[in-house]
Amino acid sequence: MTVMTRIASLLKPADGEGQMRARLIFAMAVFMVVYGAIGVRLALLATMPEDEIVRRLGPGEEVSHARPDLLDRAGTVLATDIWVPSVYAEPHRLVDLDEAIEEIRSVIPELDAGKLRKRLTNERRFAWVKREITPRQREALHRLGLPGIGFVEENQRFYPARQIASHVLGHVNIDNQGIAGLERHIDDSWLGALHAAGLARTDPPDPVQVTIDLRVQHAVRDELVSAIDRFDAIAGAGVVLDVHSGEVISMVSLPDYDPHDPREALEDDKINRVTTGTYELGSTFKAFTVAMALDAGRGLNSTYDASAPVRSGGFAINDFRGKGRVLTLPEVFIYSSNIGTSRMALDVGIDNQRAFLRNLGFFERLTTELPESSRPIVPTRWPELTAMTVSFGHGLSVSPMHAVMAGAALVNGGKLIPPTFFPRSRAEAQELARQVIKPETSDKMRYLMRLNVADGTSRQADAPGYRVGGKTGTAEKVVGGRYTGQSVLTSFLGVFPTDDPQYLVLVMLDEPKALPETHGFRTAGWNAAPTTSKIVKRIAPILGVRPQFELDGMTRPLQVSY
Amino acid sequence: MFSRTDRGLLSEWWWTVDRVLLGTLIALLLGGLVLSLAGSPPVAQRLGVDSFHFVKRHALFLLPALAVLIGVSLMSERQIRRSALMVFALGIGLMVLTLLIGTEVKGARRWLTIGGFAIQASEFVKPAFVVLVAWLFSERIRRPDMPGNLLAVLLLGLFIGLLVPQPDFGQTLLVLLVWGALFFAAGMSWFWIALLGGTGVVGLVGAYAMVPHVRLRIDRFLDPSAGDTYQVDVATDAFVRGGWIGRGPGEGTVKLSLPDSHTDFIFAVAGEEFGAVVCMLLVAVFGFIVLRGLTHALRRHDPFARLAVTGLIVLVGLQAAINMSVNLSLLPAKGMTLPFLSYGGSSLLSLAYAMGIVLALTRRRPQASPVVVGPLTPRAAATSGP
Repeated sequence: MTVMTRIASLLKPADGEGQMRARLIFAMAVFMVVYGAIGVRLALLATMPEDEIVRRLGPGEEVSHARPDLLDRAGTVLATDIWVPSVYAEPHRLVDLDEAIEEIRSVIPELDAGKLRKRLTNERRFAWVKREITPRQREALHRLGLPGIGFVEENQRFYPARQIASHVLGHVNIDNQGIAGLERHIDDSWLGALHAAGLARTDPPDPVQVTIDLRVQHAVRDELVSAIDRFDAIAGAGVVLDVHSGEVISMVSLPDYDPHDPREALEDDKINRVTTGTYELGSTFKAFTVAMALDAGRGLNSTYDASAPVRSGGFAINDFRGKGRVLTLPEVFIYSSNIGTSRMALDVGIDNQRAFLRNLGFFERLTTELPESSRPIVPTRWPELTAMTVSFGHGLSVSPMHAVMAGAALVNGGKLIPPTFFPRSRAEAQELARQVIKPETSDKMRYLMRLNVADGTSRQADAPGYRVGGKTGTAEKVVGGRYTGQSVLTSFLGVFPTDDPQYLVLVMLDEPKALPETHGFRTAGWNAAPTTSKIVKRIAPILGVRPQFELDGMTRPLQVSY
Repeated sequence: MFSRTDRGLLSEWWWTVDRVLLGTLIALLLGGLVLSLAGSPPVAQRLGVDSFHFVKRHALFLLPALAVLIGVSLMSERQIRRSALMVFALGIGLMVLTLLIGTEVKGARRWLTIGGFAIQASEFVKPAFVVLVAWLFSERIRRPDMPGNLLAVLLLGLFIGLLVPQPDFGQTLLVLLVWGALFFAAGMSWFWIALLGGTGVVGLVGAYAMVPHVRLRIDRFLDPSAGDTYQVDVATDAFVRGGWIGRGPGEGTVKLSLPDSHTDFIFAVAGEEFGAVVCMLLVAVFGFIVLRGLTHALRRHDPFARLAVTGLIVLVGLQAAINMSVNLSLLPAKGMTLPFLSYGGSSLLSLAYAMGIVLALTRRRPQASPVVVGPLTPRAAATSGP
């Protein structure tokens, strides 16, 4: 048969009875195969073990998704999910509305009768009576035997440490969605998407570790609470940072709140002062000015004339208990001379000063994993007067976290590392790090900070054996747009151990008062500095920093030869 | 009941109709009522009507369905063709109306509400369409000068042209497949089969590329994690939970979370409550109907009856296969009922009409001679009954 005839035969209709029968039989065979496949599939599904199927969500899980446990760096649980009952009503099934409302209120008296009635009389077929009740209340309601009242179990977030880490962890809403702090960060960055995709709603995801050490957190908070109490301050904040990795070991902002009652978080004074508050940090800022001078090539032997106030733009800048003479650079630092740092700023130049501060991150919003952050308040104009006031920490408002990040760079070899709340190794930190000051400058700053504690205004910050260094700051607060001298904000930016810096500690007290035992002083050296000392004494052993008492004997660490 | 010698209409019918097939169909219809008892109360409760609302309506629809089934099976070939033409014309008219004033449900315009009843006109068009296409193809075999093929293509175009804008891709696919099966059974050459098959594939790919709704459905089927395969997932779980013997009547939970548990997913409800054995029995019943119908077609010698029976059996058999496959997630989800078992008045009546025609055309009667095209073909014997 040639190709042509074969094609012709293909084009011909299948007229023969035999061919048509063949096609019908073919159709029958196809159907049998299809139905056979359906039968096989039925058998396969019937023999499949039931636990292989994806578990469907219960109504409680539907509204209240599972969240990962949050663990501190030692593995202690900071936040977890627990199952609690919630009570709902199916209004169309309620027999006697008045009776039902009365009976429910006999168990949960805090429910408002009017609001409950409104909820239970609308057209919907489902209404929450109360979310997250106690098992005891559930039992009592169950015993009432009201038709149309039911319960679901749902996830509720529980924070075993209560308010101790509330500003770090944040909190969740009634649907177990993070709305503040790291909880919100987790939702925004991956958990929300996971839940939106309908995954991982039932089984909690793997626990998430954070950098906070609950023991350190507790110690810092405890000391701050006592300090606020003792000095009658209105608020306080404390941060402990690993200077080489940028990990935040502890972050406390007081007053804090109970994360189980998120309404508390909305009160005005409950803001996170470390990342959200912006402050003129006062003399603490001089550490950066001195570093700037050193980085610009000025030596430790440079001198600055502090014998008379500097004047600019009709203002005179003077020193608090000034020495009235020419000061060396270390003396400017340890005596905290406003005149000295002003002269440094003018010496380095306005443009260089701005470039230096910008490089340290003081002009930009500092974003950590915490959703709460604020933009620094940077002066729009920068005349000589601004350059001078900024040199001693006035006129530029930054968040304490800014100072922590830049402060770590002063002592860790000059590397600016963005702070983080999630574990990060030193190697990873090095990749993120940006060299902002010379390593030599950083060495000199360590010396100066130690010198300041050993022999300067910050002597009370010392903790025996832990070689604390740092700088105090006492800033007059602006009240009604003016510096009134009525109230101050004191801070201490400390680092330990200065011979091999590991941790940075920032302590801030808002409006501490003078006490008889502080000889009427309310400056940082009398409150923030000793608080830092107490904190270091408690946390250094936890953090594994070994005390070395032989180095303590030297009031001036002159063995460091510069 | 009837004496064999009784020559009355009913007696004649009783002794010539395929009583086994008739019995099977009635059993299936009653089985549908039983499954409706299982699958529909949760839906009724969700909609806020009486729990047995759908069961009652289902039972109510069974009466006219049985009447149509038996009534149509009494008709002669000529009456069947006439009724098909009428039903087709009426149905097409209603489909046009549906597009103009139909009720939109879940983004599709498939239902026309007349006097409190929602009618899905395309359901009625389907069997009539099959009969008409079978007639056109058979005429072409007998009278090659008649443009039967062209008219069959035109009918297909008209029907699909009204299905696509609804949009109803499940039905479109079904109609295309049935039309192709008729084309195949009518003995068309392989060349045309390849050509049409190719066109079909191109059309499907085209629909995937051009119509977002279809693309979404297919994507979801191919990659379950891509989107919402909720109904199908739940349906598949139902079979696993049911196991071999089921959890028992009323013990199912899947029906509580399936919006279409009384219609498109009744098979899954059966799987959970009555088990794989009963489901396999249902599959076997459908298989029996298909085999029995096609065997009748094999035995018939006149082309119209053979093609019409083949087309209607393929229509019902394919619809059942597609619905069950969707329930078992062997195919992407599409809106299609399980013949005889799903709730739905339009679907029931249309199926009764289709199977009534099958019963009518497969009645034992004096056979026409084998198809031999020529002047002496005694086709009058086949077309005009006593």
